[in-house]
Amino acid sequence: MSDAVETDRRLLTVTDLRTTFSISAGDVQAVRGVSFALDRGRTLGIVGESGCGKTVLARSIMRLNLGSNVTTTGMAEFAGRDLLSLPMADMHEMWGMELAMVFQDPMTSLNPLVRVGRQVTEHLRQHLGVGRAEAARTAVDLLNEVRIPEPEARLKAYPHELSGGMRQRICIAIALACEPSLLFADEPTTALDVTVQHQILNLLGREQRERDMAMVLVTHDLGVVAGRTDDTLVMYAGMVVEQAPTESLFEEMRHPYSEALLRSLPRTSQASHTRLAAITGRPPDLIDPPSGCAFSPRCPYVQPRCREEVPPLSAVDDPDHRFACWTPVGSPEGMDAFARNVAEGLPQAVAVDLAAPSSAGRGGAG
Amino acid sequence: MAGSGKAHLRPEDEVLIRVEDLVVEFPSGRGRTVKAVSGISFDIAKGETLGLVGESGCGKSTTGRALIQLPSPTSGSVRHGLVELTDLSDEAMRRRRTDIQMIFQDPISSLNPRRTVGDIVAEPLRVWGPHDKDEQKVLVDRMLDAVGIDPDVARDKRPHEFSGGQCQRISIARSLVVDPELLICDEPVSALDVSVQAQILNLLEDLKAEYGLTLVFIAHDLAVVKNVSDRVAVMYLGKLCEVAAPDTLYAEAAHPYTALLLGSIPEPDPSAVLDEDLAVAGELPSPIDPPSGCRFRTRCPQASELCASEEPQMREVSAGHYVACHHPLVAVAG
Repeated sequence: MSDAVETDRRLLTVTDLRTTFSISAGDVQAVRGVSFALDRGRTLGIVGESGCGKTVLARSIMRLNLGSNVTTTGMAEFAGRDLLSLPMADMHEMWGMELAMVFQDPMTSLNPLVRVGRQVTEHLRQHLGVGRAEAARTAVDLLNEVRIPEPEARLKAYPHELSGGMRQRICIAIALACEPSLLFADEPTTALDVTVQHQILNLLGREQRERDMAMVLVTHDLGVVAGRTDDTLVMYAGMVVEQAPTESLFEEMRHPYSEALLRSLPRTSQASHTRLAAITGRPPDLIDPPSGCAFSPRCPYVQPRCREEVPPLSAVDDPDHRFACWTPVGSPEGMDAFARNVAEGLPQAVAVDLAAPSSAGRGGAG
Repeated sequence: MAGSGKAHLRPEDEVLIRVEDLVVEFPSGRGRTVKAVSGISFDIAKGETLGLVGESGCGKSTTGRALIQLPSPTSGSVRHGLVELTDLSDEAMRRRRTDIQMIFQDPISSLNPRRTVGDIVAEPLRVWGPHDKDEQKVLVDRMLDAVGIDPDVARDKRPHEFSGGQCQRISIARSLVVDPELLICDEPVSALDVSVQAQILNLLEDLKAEYGLTLVFIAHDLAVVKNVSDRVAVMYLGKLCEVAAPDTLYAEAAHPYTALLLGSIPEPDPSAVLDEDLAVAGELPSPIDPPSGCRFRTRCPQASELCASEEPQMREVSAGHYVACHHPLVAVAG
């Protein structure tokens, strides 16, 4: 019984998704085997540094990685159909209707030569065959809904006449027009001011709840996923390194990379001039990823085994909290490994020890 | 602020830079002017980091650039020690710029893509000397090393071979190779990933200690500004709102705009309460036609008639903490 209910709520199941770009230097393995599931009405955060594959993953599911040099394998089952094997014509029907996306840069994702009104009503007219007058009325409602003042006047404006925050609201109105069941928001607030970011995130959250829409929020900022998502995936070098309900993730970070991301963030709760625990080095080359754990060259907990064997993504105590690490944060092995690395003078361990000696090895939101 | 006033300025013999009544305006066609900076005053003590913080369009970058006269302000005074920079000839100002250097937001576009890293960092030395090639090389290598770039690897490479964080290190090396007193950092970490951002912030703190630098740190991210600053000035629409030491400012914000900015920061803590109603009152007004009185009043929950008719002046709320607001959120001392 409960199983039936669960399957019913399941909207998207991604299985072993891999995306590779062939370039002259070799094959860039941007996404290297990602699996996750998302239920209707839930929000999933995908977090990681630039180049970790989070955007490529979202675009792969949306089938937006066009070009003859892109190969995507695996499955992305959406409401019973595998998106990755659908003909492109069917995808065109899904875009806007079932799946929608809000992009990072609200200026370049709107057509500068077309009035906002026509861009907002395009999906309605195209997919639903709504007449001009009715589409215009719906557009006013949509703009009201995303809290744009004087919607009638704004619909006649061109994108350059609006501020960045207004443009992003327009993009959200476009994405919501046909009531999709899944919305991808790819760094929707990274180009915006902190006050506007707050408003846009509140708006997305409200719409998501009211419409029972599922949302994937892609961001590099752990502060954005905290409190605004149900579950979080942390990605590194094209793979999921930690996956958990957002609250458990922040309560008990298990992967050294998640912990490192959180530590490197300056916090207003810290005193001024607190030394930050920067992550040393750079993400690996995805043409020739390192053997073993991809984070091992930068990891303060690294052990010889990490450089040889890729740790599996698995749960230890809490079945919902999975992580891929041989020496997880907070475990006896992890604490030993860290202490050993500090004693041996491993630079990345020493850097953490210098910046945050009291919290080393404890993880969590602190 | 919202407002004007100079109550927060310190005695002139204690400061390296003193800016008074700075006004920067740009023509905007049809006889209109963009009032980017409208009469702000502040000072920077030697060895201090001043954080300038505010939303896009508040005039923080324009203020930073006015310090090196790029462009010269419309009116007002910028004094560097005893010298009034706004009175200097172009040539005299050009010579001053070895003392005041600047780094920019986008590290990749601020480096010439066709030149090698060694050339880029040596360029200021070619202008200002030493002119001896060997001496230059020693200085360049030492500087690259100080910013964490291996000179033997980097010297003959070009900027595209480096990541954003490394390019920012290179541009820091270029600005410091002439041994400036003051470094103006205009959003130096906004284009970088959090992990790299932390590296650059730590580097700036180290270099400041090592070279005895004075910094102006311009950013929109309040957490970043708090981390590096000794004094923070909050700007809104070409005016100063509040000036205080960072720990004071963040613990007891007196200006409603500062409180709004602080409340908007996404905290990486799921249990933090999200204020859904915060900042519903929207957007920055146009700097072509700013509101009368306090410029923040159109978005301010505290606004009264007084705020529309009279511009608030800077006043001290506690030692070293100044605010320009008719209705500050903390009690005014004395």
